[in-house]
Amino acid sequence: MRWKSDRYSGWGRALVAEGDLARPERISSLKDLPPTPAIGARRSYGDACLNSDGRAIDMTRLDRIISFDPETGRAEVEAGMPIGELARLFAPRGWIPAVMPGTGFATVGGCIAMDVHGKNHHNAGSFGAHVTAIRMIHAGKAKTVTPKNNPGLFRATLGGLGQTGLILSATLQLAPCPGLSMKVRESRAGDLDEHLALLEASQAPYTVGWLDATARGATLGRGIVEEADHSLDPAPKEGRSKSVPVDAPRFTLSKPVVKAFNARYFARIPESGRTRVRSIADFFFPLDRVQDWNKLYGKRGFHQFQCVLPHSETATLRGMVQTIAESGLASPLAVLKRLGPERAGLMSFPMEGVTLAVDFPNRDKATALIRDLGQRTAAAGGRVYLAKDSLADGDMIRAMYPDHAKWVETARKADPDRQLETDLVRRLNLRSA
Amino acid sequence: MQETWIILGATSSMARALSRKLAEDGHAVFLAGRDMDDLRRQAADCTARGASLAEAVKFDARAPESFAPILDRLADQEGMLNAAVFVGSMPDQADIDADPALVDGTITDSFTGPARFLQMLAPLMEQRGGGTVVGVGSVAGDRGRLGNYVYGSAKAGFHTYLSGLRNRLTRAGGHVVTVKPGFTDTAMTWGIEGMFLVAPPEKVAADILRAVEKKKNVIYTPFFWRYIMTIIRSIPEPIFKKLSI
Repeated sequence: MRWKSDRYSGWGRALVAEGDLARPERISSLKDLPPTPAIGARRSYGDACLNSDGRAIDMTRLDRIISFDPETGRAEVEAGMPIGELARLFAPRGWIPAVMPGTGFATVGGCIAMDVHGKNHHNAGSFGAHVTAIRMIHAGKAKTVTPKNNPGLFRATLGGLGQTGLILSATLQLAPCPGLSMKVRESRAGDLDEHLALLEASQAPYTVGWLDATARGATLGRGIVEEADHSLDPAPKEGRSKSVPVDAPRFTLSKPVVKAFNARYFARIPESGRTRVRSIADFFFPLDRVQDWNKLYGKRGFHQFQCVLPHSETATLRGMVQTIAESGLASPLAVLKRLGPERAGLMSFPMEGVTLAVDFPNRDKATALIRDLGQRTAAAGGRVYLAKDSLADGDMIRAMYPDHAKWVETARKADPDRQLETDLVRRLNLRSA
Repeated sequence: MQETWIILGATSSMARALSRKLAEDGHAVFLAGRDMDDLRRQAADCTARGASLAEAVKFDARAPESFAPILDRLADQEGMLNAAVFVGSMPDQADIDADPALVDGTITDSFTGPARFLQMLAPLMEQRGGGTVVGVGSVAGDRGRLGNYVYGSAKAGFHTYLSGLRNRLTRAGGHVVTVKPGFTDTAMTWGIEGMFLVAPPEKVAADILRAVEKKKNVIYTPFFWRYIMTIIRSIPEPIFKKLSI
């Protein structure tokens, strides 16, 4: 396997690694390889997908379907398979990944390593809940791990940041997909209370709130709640995907621009709400239509802060939204979502409550703000999402993840010499109890 | 209409991209190469994507005895037969300089092996009155250069062969597309210095299918390589021989 010296980063582009990357195209190339961290499409924002001054294996070319049973909706796919490809290929045959993150470019291996959640977490649980088997190289041997034959390793691998071994392929139980489109109901939420009430009351399988993180005063926390279900209506034609060719200048996402954009985005939806039919890709992966949209933040990149707070911590959430709005640093990308209690892995992010995600350009003020938000999350008994993090403190993170010690033990057995560590794992010292 | 495609050198990433698109259109694909384990995985992928038939078959450009069984399998299929040839090998020119015997293998893999196979397939295509051959050459075949002139000359030979085969098959209702890819993002180019404007294999595959549909004769992919190569071909030999590009 040839190694390429490269500078690479996660989706946020604020943290950069220099190291050697290989990109095998055949599973057999992985034989006799010393333990090496694997990376996917690098859609995690911070440094979870980086290994500075070391090696990493880019799995994106190991992206084949190994088997698919149209009767049961079970599919085994290689780790590099993008989740959006599965939706594109199987939706016409009545099946769709049961949980899909906000980008279709994320790979199945990455979705497992982060135990990602989707717009349906409150009733479908996290990605790992629909994984029935993982084929991985564990402690030097290729093996198939299931919840039955090795529950400890299985749970440590879901959300396990790649620290328990190299994921080769996984078997997924897909969910029935009755049609090729989504019926989406969009409603205005005038303030935070209304926003949370709409999320809480929603009976739809898929629910997500867009948050206007610039709104203050009486409109603090306002936004649009989208509720969706599968539909048999014909899907509208998808527009051509566009791309951002160069790094945008700094004013692109400056305060007045974002404020004006958000006001228009909010006003688009009539006061009485509206219902639209959208394609599956357009509903689940709206941002994927703009390739390399991360360049909009300029060459310094950006951070995303994502936390989950228990339902009882509405006051904390309100305080956070207020601080963010007053800072004038937020971008249009801000999301509120309800999460259910289900978490498939020992290091999985979800907990029952409300999750808040906000993008910030990489500036000193924003990094200070994100650190502050992290501390408030910790104090409120919440949790910060490792797929997005690039700034948190290790002690704080370890305290947020109740099964951390158990996970450390399983990871230690799998990789005693810590050869699978990534920049994120080292920065947060996650492999130490 | 469902057709049958034989893909030589099917483990390459360009071939993988093409086989997937053919599979999604419901065609039958025979995936030929040496790494049977990998080809079987690829066949499973094609089946899951909707191929009416996907089968791994053993093909070694240096072992002509591997050709006849494949042709027998193809003859069993009904309807139009098509072929896409991705085989070729490009050892370092320095390695060839050190061991001139490598010339033979390079030329067999990149030219005479696939040419012999196509020569055996042509009568079958003529009998059925159509079908398309996609021959993947290289921009390296447009002019001999210091860096890879053995590989380049093999591809130049293959281009000329394809041109002649086009002449022949056109008379029987068939067609031949010569494809000259520039730098493509494959295992072959991964980590090699001096790569620029590298195209993803899916883009090359899409260009190939468009060329098949429009019955193009010779395509460069991505298209701008046609202009780059026009410039390179137009450099007078007295100057060119002193350049190292």
